Amino acid sequence: MDNAGGREHQKTASGRPAHGDVGKENDLHMDGHDLAVNGAESYFGKKSSETAEPIHADDAEQGHIGPAALCLLAGKMMLQSGAETYRVEDTMTRMAEAMGLGGSHSYVTPTGIVFQPSSSQSARLIRIVERTTDLGKIAAINDVSRKLASKHITPAGAYARLADIDQAGHEYPVWLQIITAAAASGCFTYMFRGSMADILPGVLCGGAGFALFLALHRLVKVKFFAEFSAAFFIGLLAVFFVGLGLGQEPDKIVIGSVMPLVPGLLITNAVRDLIAGHLVSGLSRGAEAILTAFAIGTGIAVVVTFF
Amino acid sequence: MIPPQIISLSLHLITSFIASAAFGILFNAPRRMLLHCGLAGMMGWIAYVLLSPRLDAVFATVVATFIVGVISQTLARIYKKPVILFSVSGIIPLVPGGLAYDAMRQFVESEYNLAVQLAAKAFLISGSIAIGLVLSEVLNQMVFKLSRRQRPAKKEPPQS
Repeated sequence: MDNAGGREHQKTASGRPAHGDVGKENDLHMDGHDLAVNGAESYFGKKSSETAEPIHADDAEQGHIGPAALCLLAGKMMLQSGAETYRVEDTMTRMAEAMGLGGSHSYVTPTGIVFQPSSSQSARLIRIVERTTDLGKIAAINDVSRKLASKHITPAGAYARLADIDQAGHEYPVWLQIITAAAASGCFTYMFRGSMADILPGVLCGGAGFALFLALHRLVKVKFFAEFSAAFFIGLLAVFFVGLGLGQEPDKIVIGSVMPLVPGLLITNAVRDLIAGHLVSGLSRGAEAILTAFAIGTGIAVVVTFF
Repeated sequence: MIPPQIISLSLHLITSFIASAAFGILFNAPRRMLLHCGLAGMMGWIAYVLLSPRLDAVFATVVATFIVGVISQTLARIYKKPVILFSVSGIIPLVPGGLAYDAMRQFVESEYNLAVQLAAKAFLISGSIAIGLVLSEVLNQMVFKLSRRQRPAKKEPPQS
């Protein structure tokens, strides 16, 4: 039911004229928002349904897909999973070559891809709205492009595999993610020179903070707010535990528990993109990382100011 | 009687392994690769713990990240998976979260001089993580080119 709603929303959104009136746009937005709120429980544990829709619609309509569209689909999925810019460009170029499209050009930024299959064909553009970190997807798509390049699968087979990969949700259930976040927080509390007494509150704060982050991110869809609130909550909880006598240093507890929210991948990818010469991508990824760090820092700062 | 350094070192080994493997789960790494993610993180963190009392934190981070990078490149070649799969979980313990926190705290308490110093250091360390990764990639490409020159029959894999 959610899926049907999501598809309809997407179709109306893409079919509306460029200069649609503001009221209508607002309406659509509210619609999507309501959907997210109502469906929050039913797709707790699955990826946002929006990304998967267009592929299936295409599949039903034509059953066959052009080489350029296949390259774009792979590039889009990789970028959404948090792959580096050079890997996305490389994969698209190799797939195009494997399907007989020499001399393709691609321009990849974190928010969109422009891809020209060959000099005689027109360029195509695809917009990237949501980005997460999904290493499993990157590995799977890499595998598909590798097999396509070595002619182990046909373009149609590759398309089917990509559609499967896109449909697959997170490999690990939400409760397992929360438990591992809690375990990681406890470990980090020790690694950053916290005492033994700080480990247990670190585990509790980290797990609770990450759970709150996941829940808020599903509800509100504004990552900045979810990160800010989770960090604020972690700070409060740490002060509370130390007040109870459970744990000694709130600083160490907070540092350990905040680690699952820290944008480590973004920072590193940003600098690597810059060094590789992808200046626009590097700067925009860096901006995203700084924004996230700022959200976490502000959340903690509010707690520090009060207590 | 076991000396306390050994105990603390082995605790660091265990915790860094668990933390890196846990990040593998959060980042949705394939099930079979979780142990390898943990291994990369453990080696990097132990290098950092052993080096940081003797060297500057920035240089220790470069060396530790370089080790993570070399391990990730090797694992990527063996299992034919993207390098990023191993390197991301591996570098997580080295991210200067604590320093960034301290910097933010000093900002809030209006100790701007100290805050800017800490923030600059956190920035340098995150830069050195990237440098370590890039160095390991350069080394990997050099080794690969040299080994190919010696044995031209070996076919290049389509992607690293």
